[in-house]
Amino acid sequence: MEYIIIIIGAVFVNNIVLAQFLGICPYLGVSAKVSTSIGMSGAVMFVMTLATLVTFLIFNFILVPFNIEYLQTISYILVVASLVQMVEIILKKVSPALYQALGIFLPLIVTNCAILGVTILAVREDYGFNLLEGVVFAIGHALGFALTIILFAGIREHLELMDVPKGMRGAPAALVVAGILALAFMGFANLV
Amino acid sequence: MGQLKNFTKGFVKDNPVFVLLLGLCPALGVTTSAFNGLGMGLATTFVLVSSNIVVSIIKNLIPSKVRIPSYIVVIASFVTITDLVMEAYLPALFESLGLFIPLIVVNCLVMGRAEAFASKNNTWNSIVDGMGMGLGFAFALTVLGGLREILGAGEIFGWSIFAGDGMLVFVLAPGAFIGLGYLVALNNIVKKKMES
Repeated sequence: MEYIIIIIGAVFVNNIVLAQFLGICPYLGVSAKVSTSIGMSGAVMFVMTLATLVTFLIFNFILVPFNIEYLQTISYILVVASLVQMVEIILKKVSPALYQALGIFLPLIVTNCAILGVTILAVREDYGFNLLEGVVFAIGHALGFALTIILFAGIREHLELMDVPKGMRGAPAALVVAGILALAFMGFANLV
Repeated sequence: MGQLKNFTKGFVKDNPVFVLLLGLCPALGVTTSAFNGLGMGLATTFVLVSSNIVVSIIKNLIPSKVRIPSYIVVIASFVTITDLVMEAYLPALFESLGLFIPLIVVNCLVMGRAEAFASKNNTWNSIVDGMGMGLGFAFALTVLGGLREILGAGEIFGWSIFAGDGMLVFVLAPGAFIGLGYLVALNNIVKKKMES
């Protein structure tokens, strides 16, 4: 039950994109088509879960015992960077088409603040998560990211066909749409 | 003249937020008030200028295969410095910026300038570029923060503009997206006017 609450909280109430403003770059960058956004969600989910697992262990078994928590940012970013490298190599081998489609955004997953943000949040003292809860927390946030980016991509595919005023074409219209989506997600506040 | 152009390009023509759409997470996340926006902008400027300096100095020593991880370590060190200094001297601002301070490390803007500019130019030009881009970022965040503060709370930098409650939605998450959307549109129009 507790795990379900963590997941619902992460997907709907504290949605990573629309409520916490993390991962906006890929959210706007790879959401032009539903198919690429699904690929991006998959990559994010894989990296986010693995990264949280690894960083959780590093934080509790290396940084805390040696009293060097201030190295959190540096050590975390290195873990995320090497994981991304790994995903890139695997994807290049397994699915070249997807690798082509994700293009520049795959290395940019390193600078996807959603990943680093979730790994930092997962060890926050006020949550007091154990390892399994931390990983479920990461999966929940990845699902939330997938849900919003796929919804958003679906809307943007339709937006392409609309007659939008000149100055609003492209990014501005997309941002306003994201705002309206965020407004809709506010309806989930206080759900858990 | 080249230096001046290098410096001012960050404000309107190549503004990191309004035109390049980089660093949007902090731009949307912390701009609930003009002061928070300014604080975040200046913190990012410090990291950007410092990392540009170091990257431009060590650019010839790093093999190109490991350059990205090396840049990240340089940036992360300066972010940790900022994090600790801010916690010590500006606890209130530290509290309200929260998670977004360690996240400067993954600000695409900082990484982008290290890769696109500092790794190809000399130190002096990199400092000017970092200053220009950083202050352009701070400018964008202050404008967005100010807009949200005025519309949402009827204040700017804590001074009351009009009495009564503002539109609460502008302080909350949706207002950030909508406010930024209209500011990007406005910047597009201004840019087009300037070019013609």
